[in-house]
Amino acid sequence: MAWIPRGLRDGVVTSRYPRRADGYGPDFFGHVEVAPGSGDDREAVSAAAGACPTRAIALDGGRVRLDRGRCVLCGRCVALAPDTFRADPGFETAAFSRRALVVPDGEGDDAEVADARMKLARRVRVLRRSVNVRHVDAGSDGSEEWEIAALTNPVYDIQRLGVFFTASPKHADLLLVTGAGSAGMQGPLRQTYDLMPHPKVVIAVGVDTSSGGMVGESYAARGGVGQFVPVDVFVPGSPPSPFGILHGIVEAVGILGSRRHVGAEAPATRTAK
Amino acid sequence: MTLEKTGRSIGEPGEVAQATATFPATLRRVRDGARFCGLFPVPRASGGSQLLSVVSVDGTLVVEEVTIPPQGRFASLTPEIPAASWYERRARDLFGVDALGHPRLDPLVFPVPPGTPAPLAAGGEPTVAMEPDLSPLPVHLHGQGVFTIPYGPVRSGVFESIEYLVETPGEDIPQLRTRVFYKHRGVDSRFVGLGTEDGALLAERVEGVASVAHALAFSEAVERLGEVAVPLQSQLVRVVHAELERVANHLDTVARHTEAAGQAVAYAVFSHHKERVQRLRARLCGSRFGRGVVVPGGVGRALELGPDELLAAVAALEVAIDRDLRRLMDTPSFVDRLRGTGVLRAGDARRFAAVGPVGRASWESEDVRTTRPYGGYGRLSHLVTERREGGDALARQLVRIDEIGGAFHLVRQALDMLDELGEPARWRAGVPPVSGRAIGWVEAPQGELLSIVEADGGRLTHVTQRSASFHNLAAYPSAYGKDIFTDVAFIEASFGLSIAGVAC
Repeated sequence: MAWIPRGLRDGVVTSRYPRRADGYGPDFFGHVEVAPGSGDDREAVSAAAGACPTRAIALDGGRVRLDRGRCVLCGRCVALAPDTFRADPGFETAAFSRRALVVPDGEGDDAEVADARMKLARRVRVLRRSVNVRHVDAGSDGSEEWEIAALTNPVYDIQRLGVFFTASPKHADLLLVTGAGSAGMQGPLRQTYDLMPHPKVVIAVGVDTSSGGMVGESYAARGGVGQFVPVDVFVPGSPPSPFGILHGIVEAVGILGSRRHVGAEAPATRTAK
Repeated sequence: MTLEKTGRSIGEPGEVAQATATFPATLRRVRDGARFCGLFPVPRASGGSQLLSVVSVDGTLVVEEVTIPPQGRFASLTPEIPAASWYERRARDLFGVDALGHPRLDPLVFPVPPGTPAPLAAGGEPTVAMEPDLSPLPVHLHGQGVFTIPYGPVRSGVFESIEYLVETPGEDIPQLRTRVFYKHRGVDSRFVGLGTEDGALLAERVEGVASVAHALAFSEAVERLGEVAVPLQSQLVRVVHAELERVANHLDTVARHTEAAGQAVAYAVFSHHKERVQRLRARLCGSRFGRGVVVPGGVGRALELGPDELLAAVAALEVAIDRDLRRLMDTPSFVDRLRGTGVLRAGDARRFAAVGPVGRASWESEDVRTTRPYGGYGRLSHLVTERREGGDALARQLVRIDEIGGAFHLVRQALDMLDELGEPARWRAGVPPVSGRAIGWVEAPQGELLSIVEADGGRLTHVTQRSASFHNLAAYPSAYGKDIFTDVAFIEASFGLSIAGVAC
């Protein structure tokens, strides 16, 4: 079979993330960073807020806030007020609450986020060795599905982390939801969620799930999936990169925590998976 | 087993003759061999709508326009032009414009509850949230042992939401229907009131896997309205992005075929190739989907990689992909799975006027990059590809393989020309506040894409992005003839459509 030597020829292409940092990132625009109080005059910042297609920028007294749950990464603010807004690489932007997507220093307080995170960690403790994932599209533009499907390619190879895609909601621990919350998907999404056994975790993938993104709210789109299912982790981005989605999953189910835990155990139980 | 036609037909035969609007020129042109491209209602602020019927006559778009009053009706084109069927169902769902004499005017993109006005009937943006009417569709097939299997909208794997209704006596699939409304987002309504620059950002999100193509078709329409002269260098940058998008989409269909065939190594190889293309696209502009590149008037970003480095990266990809595609097409266990699967016969392809790789595998469907060159394509030479026949999944795969080679050929030419031309004075020409209506067209990876743009003083008053996916999905059930359940994955992958672009 010609395919076996072909498969070996490229060597190992798989990333070591999250156990080691991955070099992929500087190539693309991962998120907007806000550095308020710098050289830009107020007018430039106001112009940036006015130019934002999704009204993600709020000016509150002297403070500038950016809602990553609305930001579609068009880069207009970076062009208009370059000292305040910076286009940064880096994909670790997942947040534990909708309000924590507002940067800098969130709209929610740190205690609220820490609390949400701790409750989630307690809930997912039993999942750590093997996590089954079900995906449901609730009105996406199709790009998020490409990036989720990319997690099964040899570069990301999500199975190395004990994460598997499953067809049945009854086998699923984790629900990946995409899309702006189309009215037609409310019922099917809710049914899928209800059929999942406890404990269950919901990750909302992409900016559309938080606010509808460019689509926002219409007669048929509900401005995100928050009304349909309770969301535990929000992954911003339009669309988020596969690493961004991977980071959301790793954070949600505490895979890194579990590695540390596993490492402390006897070798016999470590290979028992 | 008998095929019984049921469903909502509007109007008695006698009434059809009294319909206020007809399209005599469209019917005549299609009889003479023109290709039907679509039927689009455009609501008028004063009430009522204009209906645009678009056909392609030897590559040139010809529009026939009629005005109809509020709650107006028109004589259905579907009995003579089956390709019009989905357009007429969409016109009823979204605009409340009824096609008299349509054989089955079932809801398609958004089933409006009885007694509720259509969301876009009055133009502008309806603010009220509407609930779709989820009552089931009537079955079409009657006979002993025949049953209906609904498959979707939540399906087994990472797919966009769509429901297939399979009516079957057991293993073969004599009748398959699609329900696409689940992920309807009301995108048309969201264009209303935007400026042209924001419009391009929304266009990118109509069908995310073809972001560049959608932004390009939209921008072409706006630039036509404003008589904007786009710098040649910007047009060539657009070509580079559009062709890399084509390569990524075609590799996606190849990877999905290999996955369906259980070719694990080949799946790893082709999904890796696709990832490499996505990463190259990100290096050129910061976005893995080319977002923010095409803006009305030019490009938002120049190529962020030097010409030598970029040419070397493209050449390396081309060689590696070509070698593995040859290996794949020499693998009998793979090729046998595609041969004879999901045959879209030439007659059916013609009836539905199928476009893109799906069309070109079945009949003489045009590639608008050559028949109606737009932007930079008029300056570049195209590879003449072998015509494919057979209309099966294999023929569609072969068309796409040819197109991957053609895409790289265009990218290399565009890069060479960019190198010779040097930097332009500016990458974006100014766009005046545009008014009026224009149509933009692009050969997206899925096929011909149309953008109907109407604006007033720089504000959009109506936009419809007609994706090739919408046009081709209507022909999809015709590809099920002698096929059985295990063929579904191949037939679906070989059509290579995005549901976001169908249901938008």
